[in-house]
Amino acid sequence: MAENDVWIIGAAMTKFGRYLDKDVIDLASEASMAALDDGDVSIHDMDVLGAGNLMEAASGIGQRIQKQIGQTGIPVYNVANACATGATAVRCVFLAIKAGEADAGLAVGCEQMGKAGLLGASARSDKQVYEPSGRYGAVMSVEGRLGTTLMPGVFAQAGMEYAGRHDGVGFEQFAKVAEKNHAHSTLNPLAQYQKAFSLEEVMGADMMAYPNTLLMCCPTGDGAAALVMVSEAKLRTLSDEQRRRAVKVSASVMTSDPWTDADQVQPDVNTLTRAAADRAYEQSGVDPKDLDLVELHDCFATAELIHYDNLRLCEPGEAGKFIDERGPWRDGSTPVNVSGGLISKGHPLGATGVANLYEVATHLRGEAGDRQVDGAKVGLTHVIGLGSACAVHVLEKAAA
Amino acid sequence: MTDAPPARVPLVDYLVLDDGDPHLVANESTETGALYFDRRNADAKSGRPGFKQRRLENTGTVRTFTIVHRAAPGVPTPYVSVVVDLDGGGVVKANLLNVEPDPDQVRAGMPVRLTTFTAGTDDNGTEAVGFAYEPA
Repeated sequence: MAENDVWIIGAAMTKFGRYLDKDVIDLASEASMAALDDGDVSIHDMDVLGAGNLMEAASGIGQRIQKQIGQTGIPVYNVANACATGATAVRCVFLAIKAGEADAGLAVGCEQMGKAGLLGASARSDKQVYEPSGRYGAVMSVEGRLGTTLMPGVFAQAGMEYAGRHDGVGFEQFAKVAEKNHAHSTLNPLAQYQKAFSLEEVMGADMMAYPNTLLMCCPTGDGAAALVMVSEAKLRTLSDEQRRRAVKVSASVMTSDPWTDADQVQPDVNTLTRAAADRAYEQSGVDPKDLDLVELHDCFATAELIHYDNLRLCEPGEAGKFIDERGPWRDGSTPVNVSGGLISKGHPLGATGVANLYEVATHLRGEAGDRQVDGAKVGLTHVIGLGSACAVHVLEKAAA
Repeated sequence: MTDAPPARVPLVDYLVLDDGDPHLVANESTETGALYFDRRNADAKSGRPGFKQRRLENTGTVRTFTIVHRAAPGVPTPYVSVVVDLDGGGVVKANLLNVEPDPDQVRAGMPVRLTTFTAGTDDNGTEAVGFAYEPA
C-alpha cells in the first residue's frame, strides 16, 4: 500500500432503462445514497462531490443533487466530457484525494435521455437563400452530403478501417461482439435489455451503418451510478468490513486525441485509447494478461473489436481471432463487458463512465451474483467521448 | 437583354469551382505541412502559427467506408460514406457516388477521383454544388 493510494469503498448504480416517473436528479440521488450506504458512510463524511452529466450540463447538476442528499457546503465539480463525462467526475474526486485536499469524496454520473433515437439526426433545415456560414462556409447541412458524422457511421468507419488493415476481420466478427454482449446481459439484472440474440439475428437485424446493425448499436436510456472514494489514511480509520470490501484504484488516466492527418474529418478513437492504456498499465504495474475482466466502451460493436487491440487484450492485429476464439466471452481468456456492455446494459451518457467502475468493483468484491467472474482480482475500465476524451482505470481487489 | 445564368456556389468554402477543374483547397501549415479545411489559429500538430493555401489533388484511395441505411430525416439512403487519402496528402470525408451501395462493391484501397453534384437550388436560382468521389 502506498501512502497516497485511493480506494473505492462504496459503489452503486440504478438499473439502466427508461424512467417516465423519475427525473435525472431522482436517479442521481438514488445512486448516490446507495453508494454512501454501500460504503457505510454519510454525505457528512464527504469532502468533495464530482457530478457528471451531459444533457443538462449547464444546470448545476451537482448542487441539484445536494439538495436531495445533503447540502454540506463541500466543493462541487460539475463536469461534461462527452461519453467520458462520468469518468471525468471520478477523476475530479480521485485528483482531489491525490492532492491531499480531500480524504473522501462522492462521484456520480447521471443521464436521462429517454427514447432519443439517432443522436444528432435532426431534420435538415436547408436555407432558402444560400449563405456560407460556420468554419467551413457551408451553405447547407453537409450530413449525408459529405459523408456521415453520425455515431453509427463514424464507428462503422473506424471498424472498417481496422478491417481493411487486418485479415480475418469483417461483418461476422463485429456481429459476434454484439452476440456476446447481449448474451452477457441476460445475467445482469441492472441491464437495460436482458435478451440473448443469435449471431444470425444480430446480422439480420435492420442495418444502421454497415457493418453495424441495430443490435450492434447501444440504446439511449436513463440511469445513474455513483462511487465513494477515500484516501489511504481514511481507509485505515474504517472498519474491518469496509476495508475488506475496499477496491484499490491502481491507475486513473485520462487522455485526449493527439493530432493525426485524418482527425479533422474522422475522429481517431485509437490513438488516445492506446496512450491511456499504456499509461494505466505503467502506473498500475499490471500487465494486460493479468486482467480478470474488462469493461470497455462498446457504443457500437465495431468499437469494441478495435479496442481489443488498442487495450492490448489481443496480439497486434488479431482482434478478429480474439473474438473468433471466444477470448472476450465470460468464460474466455479475458472476459469483456460481462455487464452486457453499452450495447445491452445501456448507455446513459453521463452515467456510463461511473457504471463501468461499479461493475468491475462489484466483481472484485465477489458480489456480482450470477455474472460473477470467479476469483476476479484485477480489472480495467475504459470509456471514450468523441471529440475526444478517453479514461482508463485499473482496479484491484484489496490484498487483505 | 438576356437573363444572367444562375449563380453557382460551393457547398463548402474549401471546394473551388471557378479556377479550372473543381478541386479542394486546404490551409497548409508552413511548419509541418499539416492540412486543414477550416481556419486555424495555429497548427494542431506543432502549436505554431503560419499557413499558406494549397490546392489538393483530385485523386486518392479509400481509407475506410460505411454504407448508411439509417440517416437524418430527408437524407436519401442507402449511401456510401468514405474517408479518402488524397494523392499528395490530405484526408477528406465525402460520399462515394456511381457505385452500388453494397459492401462487396467498396473496399479500402480502391482508387477514386473527385466529382461534383448539385446539392440544391435556392429561391434565387442559385445552385449549391457539392463534391463527392467516384471509382477511378
